[in-house]
Amino acid sequence: MAQECTACGARFFDRRNACARCGSTEFKPVTVDDSGELRAFTIVHRAAPGIPVPFVSAIVRIDDGTWVRSNVVNCDPTPEAVQLGMRLRFTTYPIGADDDGTEAVAFGYEPA
Amino acid sequence: MSARISPDSVWVLGAHMTRFARYGDRDLIDLASESALAALADGEVAVGDIDILACGSLFQATGAVGQRIQKQIGQTGVPVYNVANACATGATAIRTVIMAIKAGEAEIGLAVGVEQMGKMGLLGAGGAKREKKVFEPSGRYGAVTGVDGHLGTETMPGVFAQAGMAYAHDHDGVGFEQFARVAYKNHLHSTLNPLAQYQKEFALEEIMESPMMSYPNTLLMCCPTGDGAAAVVLASGERLASMPAHVRRRAVKVSASVLTSDPFTEDCHVQPDVNTLTRNAAAQAYEAAGVGPEDLDLVELHDCFATAELIHYDNLGLCEPGGAGAFIDSGGPFRDGATPVNVSGGLISKGHPIGATGVANVYEITTHLRGEAGDRQVEGATVGLAHVIGLASACGVHILEKSAA
Repeated sequence: MAQECTACGARFFDRRNACARCGSTEFKPVTVDDSGELRAFTIVHRAAPGIPVPFVSAIVRIDDGTWVRSNVVNCDPTPEAVQLGMRLRFTTYPIGADDDGTEAVAFGYEPA
Repeated sequence: MSARISPDSVWVLGAHMTRFARYGDRDLIDLASESALAALADGEVAVGDIDILACGSLFQATGAVGQRIQKQIGQTGVPVYNVANACATGATAIRTVIMAIKAGEAEIGLAVGVEQMGKMGLLGAGGAKREKKVFEPSGRYGAVTGVDGHLGTETMPGVFAQAGMAYAHDHDGVGFEQFARVAYKNHLHSTLNPLAQYQKEFALEEIMESPMMSYPNTLLMCCPTGDGAAAVVLASGERLASMPAHVRRRAVKVSASVLTSDPFTEDCHVQPDVNTLTRNAAAQAYEAAGVGPEDLDLVELHDCFATAELIHYDNLGLCEPGGAGAFIDSGGPFRDGATPVNVSGGLISKGHPIGATGVANVYEITTHLRGEAGDRQVEGATVGLAHVIGLASACGVHILEKSAA
């Protein structure tokens, strides 16, 4: 889900007091499509303690025009496997449990 | 091309930078005070001549660094502005002084940039949490944990890697080797700069095979953390006109001083847009100075990572649109190329003590325009451009011109 400005159509994943593009203050929730294109990526080998590496960080342009930052999963984290312009689709994956055993889930994208 | 002194113009009178390094035995006030006094001496003015002090220090933004410098060099009671603007902090300090002079509130001002980072490690990576881990929705987004590593990366080598790869997506002839060549050039250039934190040449293969930080940025394609200070003394043209001929001759004109922030673009909420605000700043600066990119004899631009430098060739108009890969491959930004870029060694090798960076690149351009850059001198330089960008974002561009006096 994203917040879409009812005046200009700009989309945001967080809430805004006013639209960063046009200044309008009305938004409506919209569903983001599942499929898109890999527009930029990096393969992270050094990260903060506790973050498993390597992983693929990606900038994805969804076919409906929404931009998303997430990880590419279910794909080798190598420059040979990850290709600019490749087609991706939405997925979810577990990112671990807390000390009480509660599991957290993140969204990501996998090769389509 | 060289500039004449009009009363409403603004000039660099004096400039200085410390060597960028890691100083275990000196603190940031020591470094800043050394640079401030040396810049005053270089401009042949005394601290009592200064009408305004602007001080940029990012990690001590709340530390009254400007006032602490005054306690070392002279408590004259003039207004002090402590500024912070990410990696554009130093340029913001300079611009603060320039605005005061242009507004007629000051005739001579001092801008100081300083940072002491030591071995700070990977910026953007945050710290390890030691308390019990419990997933509970909290904060503005109701998140159960931080997003770094789960929804992409927030580390600087990664964020700037993505900026470079977005350019590679849109334009042919740009890849790992072109980015690595940028770092090869800057390490090579730094061997001529005694003020650089590192002064060592590396083979292209060594750069490409050094430890991968965030593909395509390897360790040798990332700027180091470090300590250092830089300072410039600025004066109005009216005041400069009354100064001795040898001072006028060494003065360097500020032909353009521009600061921009990032306007809305449709992908700006998922990746910082370092391009549009740089393009806007460059366009405004070229118009204000009445020069074009083809007139520039040297450029110091914000190469925090090799991927960043390459895209700014295009953003600053140094190459054909879309032609940044061909520009580096053809040797254009090397010190003997069409437009020498980062002959100081750049952030990658000269170092990047954040608050000092935007002042140090004005020092570098000034030194070349005066013909005083020693072994690294770009011969006959008369016009140069200094560019910095800080994420969030802020972009500073200054165009400087040699004096005709």
